[in-house]
Amino acid sequence: MGEEVKLLGFWASPYSQRVIWALKLKGVEYEYIEEDISNKSELLLQYNPVHKKIPVLVHGGKPICESLVILEYIEETWPQTPLLPKDPYERALARFWMQFAVEKAPAFGSFFTSTGGGEKGEKAAKEVVEVFKILEEQLTLGNTKFFGGETINMVDISHGWLPHWFECIEQLVGLKLLDPKTLPRLHTWAQDFKQLPIIKESLPDYDRLLIHMKSVREKMMISTK
Amino acid sequence: MEDKVVLLDFWPSSYAMRVKIALAEKDIQYEVKEENLSNKSSLLLEMNPVHSMIPVLIHNGKPICESLNIVYYIDQVWSHKSPLLPSDPYQQSQARFWADYIDKKIYSLGKRVWKSKGDEQEAVKKEFIENLKTLEGELGDKLYFGGDKFGLVDLALVPITSWFYSFEICANYSTESECPKIVEWAKRCMEKDSVAKSLPHPNKIYDFVLLLKKIYGL
Repeated sequence: MGEEVKLLGFWASPYSQRVIWALKLKGVEYEYIEEDISNKSELLLQYNPVHKKIPVLVHGGKPICESLVILEYIEETWPQTPLLPKDPYERALARFWMQFAVEKAPAFGSFFTSTGGGEKGEKAAKEVVEVFKILEEQLTLGNTKFFGGETINMVDISHGWLPHWFECIEQLVGLKLLDPKTLPRLHTWAQDFKQLPIIKESLPDYDRLLIHMKSVREKMMISTK
Repeated sequence: MEDKVVLLDFWPSSYAMRVKIALAEKDIQYEVKEENLSNKSSLLLEMNPVHSMIPVLIHNGKPICESLNIVYYIDQVWSHKSPLLPSDPYQQSQARFWADYIDKKIYSLGKRVWKSKGDEQEAVKKEFIENLKTLEGELGDKLYFGGDKFGLVDLALVPITSWFYSFEICANYSTESECPKIVEWAKRCMEKDSVAKSLPHPNKIYDFVLLLKKIYGL
């Protein structure tokens, strides 16, 4: 497969990062194009006219949009370092847990724009903790280092925003929820994930991310009033 | 070993209809267990402890949840007949993209179209119709979203057309005037046995909506 691979992304976006991680794990060479999401390029609008969002993977000139769709495409096209089980049932389970990350995003969104206290804040925090408990149980049942076993797979990648981005959110909201005492396996998973060389070298600078997310949070809180 | 396939179902669910169409396309024999969602069975709670939602496919005792996930599973396991996904990775990605779009931009809005009122309903209706038009654009002049053959995207979208009559009455609009090609495409899909047998009559769905409105006091 000698065709050119390009990735339109945004440095702070965890969705962009998912694709970077998958490409790097499979050793796929690609050209990264940074998008200014406050001033979207003609190229982005041309490649993703439906959602006008990053990430977009462009392979041989053909665009693929939506991060989980891109991950599935990467898996089909570059089978080395498999990131999904081959067995249909195990694969279905993995996809279930990938979808879980998508379905629970609104709960994290509510927490992000909450102030930690008050009825709304408490409800949002409670929902997030419920999600964490479910993930904790999954890790406990599997009894492996990562959701994918001894090495990461797409389930880890789908939840891979937690170790870095959620830390920022906890700092901004002023409430720590990913507690090592009550969620020991999930907490360990987050630390182990972040330390993987491919992940560590790709993560955006924490302080820079914190400033960016602070600004995003302020804008979101104004618009939801 | 003979396969034992069970579907935990709720007859008005568009998500469950997707699974029924897939099973019919592949000629799979299965047992249906109708769930009462206000009194969920212990089987459902055991098979889908995370969401407690239907549809759930139970294949030789092992549960698979989430409608599109189930469809992908069925396509992979019973690969010998009526492939639902294209074999080319790029075409496959496009099919997945549109199935995902249908989930996020059509199915997720459906409930609000019939349930909401006033300004909120007008806003949801506008968005819903706009999204249908996007799909209509993607369909173009093709017979099906998949091209000449019925495929994943068709399967993902067609069940909610059984709800269109209810949406139209509740929100006061006509799919025929707004998206005539979608209506034409839906009729074409209904000519297929697998689809016709899996979708309830729109009048039945409307009776169900009226019942729900009464229960919710709407």
